[in-house]
Amino acid sequence: MNKGLLRYFGKTVARMLLLLVAVSMISFFLVNNAPMNAVDAFLGEAKVTDEQRALIEERWGLNKPPLERYLIWGNNVLHGDMGESLYYHQPVSKVLKEKFLSSIVLMGTAWILSGLIGFVLGVLSGVYRGTWIDRIIKTFSLVLASTPVFWIGLLMLVVFAVELQWFPLGLAAPIGKSVNDVTLSERIHHLVLPALTLSITGIANIILHTRQKLIDVMESDYVLFAKARGENLKQLVTRHGLRNIALPAITLQFAYFSELFGGSVLAENVFSYPGLGSSAVLAGLHADAPLLLGIALFSALFVFVGNLTANIIYGIIDPQIREGGGING
Amino acid sequence: MAEAKFQKVETGGMNRRRKVLLIIAAGVLALAVISIWGACMDPAKYAPNYEARRLMPSLSHLFGTDHQGRDMFFRTICGLSTSIQIGLLSAVISSLVALFLGSLSAVFGGRVDTAVGFMVDLCMGVPHLILLMLISIAMGGGAAGVITGVAVTHWPNLTRVIRAEVLQVRSAQYVQIARKLGMSKWHIAAKHIVPHVFPQYLVGLILLFPHAILHEAAITFLGYGLPLDTPAVGVILAESMKHLATGMWWLAFFPGIALLLVTQLFDIVGDYLKILIDPHSARQ
Amino acid sequence: MEKEILLEVRHLSIGFESYNAKVEKVIFNAISDLSLTVHKGEIVAIVGSSGSGKSLLAHAVMNILPDNARTGGTMFYKGELLTPERMNRLRGHEIAFIPQSVAFLDPLMQVGEQVVGTLGEKARALQQKAFEHFGLKQSVAKLYPFQLSGGMARRVLLSTSYVAETEMIIADEPTPGLDLKIAIEALKDFRLLADQGKGVILITHDIDLALHVADKIAIFYDGRVVETADTQTFRGDGQGLKHPYSRALFHALPQNGFNLQRCPKCGATCATWNVDEKGMRCGCGNS
Repeated sequence: MNKGLLRYFGKTVARMLLLLVAVSMISFFLVNNAPMNAVDAFLGEAKVTDEQRALIEERWGLNKPPLERYLIWGNNVLHGDMGESLYYHQPVSKVLKEKFLSSIVLMGTAWILSGLIGFVLGVLSGVYRGTWIDRIIKTFSLVLASTPVFWIGLLMLVVFAVELQWFPLGLAAPIGKSVNDVTLSERIHHLVLPALTLSITGIANIILHTRQKLIDVMESDYVLFAKARGENLKQLVTRHGLRNIALPAITLQFAYFSELFGGSVLAENVFSYPGLGSSAVLAGLHADAPLLLGIALFSALFVFVGNLTANIIYGIIDPQIREGGGING
Repeated sequence: MAEAKFQKVETGGMNRRRKVLLIIAAGVLALAVISIWGACMDPAKYAPNYEARRLMPSLSHLFGTDHQGRDMFFRTICGLSTSIQIGLLSAVISSLVALFLGSLSAVFGGRVDTAVGFMVDLCMGVPHLILLMLISIAMGGGAAGVITGVAVTHWPNLTRVIRAEVLQVRSAQYVQIARKLGMSKWHIAAKHIVPHVFPQYLVGLILLFPHAILHEAAITFLGYGLPLDTPAVGVILAESMKHLATGMWWLAFFPGIALLLVTQLFDIVGDYLKILIDPHSARQ
Repeated sequence: MEKEILLEVRHLSIGFESYNAKVEKVIFNAISDLSLTVHKGEIVAIVGSSGSGKSLLAHAVMNILPDNARTGGTMFYKGELLTPERMNRLRGHEIAFIPQSVAFLDPLMQVGEQVVGTLGEKARALQQKAFEHFGLKQSVAKLYPFQLSGGMARRVLLSTSYVAETEMIIADEPTPGLDLKIAIEALKDFRLLADQGKGVILITHDIDLALHVADKIAIFYDGRVVETADTQTFRGDGQGLKHPYSRALFHALPQNGFNLQRCPKCGATCATWNVDEKGMRCGCGNS
């Protein structure tokens, strides 16, 4: 690795870490400003005296100024302690880990599906611009782009779970089965609908971007020249088109981590899929501040990893970054 | 002489500009009718009617009725109206933030530009839905929470557009000349910059609506947005989920289609407005 | 003895469709009624001011105009009608095009690879010869376009036609950015190719350069060729030139004293006059 590349990576990482800190601060203050009272939520129906309440507040550090509380919380987080989930009565880090493992299967499947299908359809649409294929794909994407994810989920449920009964109504496994007994095929059976729903969220965006990018490339001077040198459509697309849209496509695919996470919250709720998204909603509705904060931070980290990966891949693939601007010869 | 080289082409039929204007007008009219109709609707129209529960769609109940016998058509129209109003309000707030930050960033540059850039990255650094949930919780839920949440999460893209536009006019030759001629900053801003940026702002604003509406519906669907007794599309769809297993598909189908149509209408109005403003984009 | 005609362009017109501010479809006529003949063994220079649309002629012949372009007129290659379909088969194999800037190179492909293109193994050997010929190190083959200087990029572009070994070459401004020695070398190459019986169209804004190598000079103005003259007529006193615009151009050459014809009435130089196929007039109404 050369110096320029190292500096590029260093700058990217530093900037993103700074962002992560800022995000954690904002989330912390938003959650702690909420009118919901974590102590009430913790105590539930239990009757306590004011002194006991004050004791709990002190133990949680609720009587300290916000900045100090943030620093204590931040310090704990850095040491791997994200507090205790009030809803699950388990350490937040444990809940996050468990739920994320379930979510990543869903998000990963949807990510790969939408990336592949979106890219292929986008390329097809761009290559055959103006033909009926393009028109169908374009209309499909434009409509899809303004369709609510959760509604698509509901339609999927109606058609494939209720009417056709091909797939179960929800959850990640059959009800009443212990985790160890669930077979792989049962898991897949439960995964299909949520994964399809979630992949549809991102697909429109990927198609439209890929299409536009490919059209731009195919109208570029260098493709004109390649055409003038006798390359046919197939050669133009494979030699120049795909090469030049690969980078933006990869960036888009990783930048889409953010939308993917948001979409998974909706998809998991429609299908009662027990992942991070369902937990986020439950945490909010049950005033589970530590868990909510943990999930917010985790989602930011997730987006962060996506962007970082995109930047690293960019640095490795793009010769203009990789080789620097040296002129010799 | 260059003008002489331009020839008009007879396209026959309706003048294209008039056609574009007509489509925009029709779109705006449809949206206005829905929002006014919904806002002025007598709640009795979609009040529970236990004589007519769980009815399939028919001529007397276009979208069918739910488990309480509420007419889903009127309830949906009312919900769309709520969605449009909330979308309108939050999109306008968001666009004003974008206008302010984008211009600030372009005019002052340097550190201000970096700071605005950081804010954009910050806003994009958390999934919007999570940020919306946090804001909604911090605000104690309800309409105020939704409007604030949607407004706070939707400005980054338009900010970038406005920043680029302002930078572009500022460096344009005619503005440079005006400055050299000693025209005041206000004069330049009013005469050159605003007329150039405003159309882009308007298109950006209109294209924000569908996003705002979809996010409002999503957050309400999750239970963080509008209260359950409001006839909002998010509430309607969340309720429908409980009754899907009993085969009442129409509860989810029609309100969703209606929401989709409304967002499409906004998209169409925005896209055609873009053609008016930038005729070159008319060529696919 | 009359040589065989290689390429003939008859009454070519090129217009671009777009939409004006009123969203009406309009056509911008960039080239109207352009005719040109290239014989075997001939270099025809098309001379006109920068940005006057000369490049479009090359793009029209190569059939690489954008989608919104509308063309009229006919073209013949080796006596047969040159349809777009036929051109698509011929380009790169019988007719080579040398574009004018580095933007015509794929930014993400090594230039050596680009020079070889899809022409196969034979071209790979020729690419090394071409680089040697134009004074490029072999290591340049591994560079990306953004790493090239202007002159290097130009030589890479020249190499693409060297490799293609075509019957005809259309070169769009091939020399700017090259140092004089290489520029002359490149022009000598064109001469050599022409002497081997190939046809060359040299599009340039530099009439002096055209005079050095071309057999015929076509004076391009405002979308049409106002006159095609043998290079000989530009020597001596220039009286052989028929069109007043060509004559004005001739008198403006440094070796002819840099004389700019002026309007006897208002004194405006001929650079601002209106030109059409019949002659040129000053805008003030005096002829």
